[in-house]
Amino acid sequence: MRSIRQTLEKESVAGYMFILPIIIGLIVFTAIPFFTSLYLAFTEYDMLTAPKWVGVDNFVKMFTKDKLFWKSFWVTFKFAIIQVPIKLLVSLGVALVLSRNSKAIPVYRATFYIPSLMGGSVAVALMWKQLFAYNGPINNIFSVLGIAPVRWLNDVSTALGVLIGLGIWQFGSSMLIFLAALKNVPASYHEAAIVDGASPVRRFFAIVLPMITPVFFFNLVNQTISAFQAFNSSYLITSGKPLNSTLYYGVHLYNRAFTFSEMGYGSAMAWFMLLVIAFFTALIFKSSNAWVYYESEVK
Amino acid sequence: MTAISARKPRSMKRARQISSCIYHVLVVLFGFGMLYPLLWMIAASFKPNTEIFTSVSSLIPKTFTFENYITGWRGFSGLSFAVFFKNSFVISVIGTIGSVFAAAVVAFGFARLRFRGRNVWFTLMILTMMLPSQVMMIPQFVLYNKMGWVGTILPLTVPHFFGGGFNIFMVMQFIRGIPRDMDEAAVIDGCNWYMIFLRIILPLIIPSLVTVAVLTFIGSWGDFMGALLYLNKPQLYTVAYALKLFSDASYTDFGATFAMSVLSLIPILILFFFFQRQLVEGISTQGLKG
Repeated sequence: MRSIRQTLEKESVAGYMFILPIIIGLIVFTAIPFFTSLYLAFTEYDMLTAPKWVGVDNFVKMFTKDKLFWKSFWVTFKFAIIQVPIKLLVSLGVALVLSRNSKAIPVYRATFYIPSLMGGSVAVALMWKQLFAYNGPINNIFSVLGIAPVRWLNDVSTALGVLIGLGIWQFGSSMLIFLAALKNVPASYHEAAIVDGASPVRRFFAIVLPMITPVFFFNLVNQTISAFQAFNSSYLITSGKPLNSTLYYGVHLYNRAFTFSEMGYGSAMAWFMLLVIAFFTALIFKSSNAWVYYESEVK
Repeated sequence: MTAISARKPRSMKRARQISSCIYHVLVVLFGFGMLYPLLWMIAASFKPNTEIFTSVSSLIPKTFTFENYITGWRGFSGLSFAVFFKNSFVISVIGTIGSVFAAAVVAFGFARLRFRGRNVWFTLMILTMMLPSQVMMIPQFVLYNKMGWVGTILPLTVPHFFGGGFNIFMVMQFIRGIPRDMDEAAVIDGCNWYMIFLRIILPLIIPSLVTVAVLTFIGSWGDFMGALLYLNKPQLYTVAYALKLFSDASYTDFGATFAMSVLSLIPILILFFFFQRQLVEGISTQGLKG
């Protein structure tokens, strides 16, 4: 008995005892599914019979036969490429507006964060749907302003925009991250620049912007990854309609895998998405040398 | 300071007051615009159904009624929203306990102990944090199906006890700020690693664990995808999932849907108001880790 106790008290053994949860998690809930998924991508699998090896058939089908594959890919790409930059600019803009000393700032900060707090909740999705209903409040406000009502969710040209709008409305968490970064810019830098006669605009571009590029980089990577994985707003608000103009890649993947029980095909789609996300993340990382500034490098 | 500003010309002080006033008016207007959708939904939940789309954009109900809450609460297929709220609470609380446990224990192991392979596991943890969840969705479903977990709350709760890279990282940063002298003194007093964790570190890292708890609870409470995949019996439905089905079933009863939507957001809002500081800190450090 004593020897077990002594073994457990050794630093090397105790270390593994403490990190045991994450080791189990990494093996059972990450590594096993990860490699299963890679295998399934090359099979036909309906969950009832054993997976059947089909080689690259799933990928061939994806690229050549499944029209909704490219459609949903394009929709998701559009969604990401429009939503992410606007969301980042809005969150940075609001963060700049709020980075001053006033007793009201915490209240403002909370106000702008609340939509983001509710995140992808079902309640907010249902609300957004009615907000843009034909007889909903947005069209009502439009009519007061003398603008003709719009069939927001039934029109191919506006439906995706409504979903992008929901994403942008939830800029709160990236705003909080920008706010924290802005607070970290030393006041002495500002003071020195003011003494040198730099205007606020000049100070923003010469001091603030370079110093927050690492955080900008983080937000960009994060928002891009999550935009490519969007699911809730399309599934809950439009179900991909009209004419599949809001069919996200994630929703198409879900339909194929879980509605039609094509687990093999779904896995192939998931792997393609992983590669696309990896590609864009790598692109952002690669380009970051040119525009992300780390203060320690210069010293 | 006051002496100087008092000497300044009155017009300048006046100009600054006006500009500050304009600033606040603009920010408040923008904030009102941001909150308008939520306020509209709250107002609509107290309007009779006939009024919701007649005086659409108004934020004040002409006839104030609790009817929507009463009809909504009845739920569907013989189950009231009380059941769905209970389910959401059970799942979120278990998940929160799991996340807090994993974050505390693993963070301590990584931050304080030296052992072979530590860096390898740490790197693996960080790398897998970037993995898109939709890649794991299908194989995890297959796995849970094999284990007989589909149709239970296990897939929504158990993984919390074995994961949470971001939480672990956040608590690690917190532990690193605690001086090692305390551990060393404890070792001299004959404490082993487990006692150091329980008696010294654990009480000190409670603030960071509160952040983990709040973030996990909010995430778990709103989780739609997990419920969609794994909960296939109405008795198990969470509020998030029940709300979606309820809105499909009572398509014309917008009032009841809005009423239940408002109720579903209340737990999150309560947590936000009580733990705003921890929440804001948690989210802000997310950005500072990179």
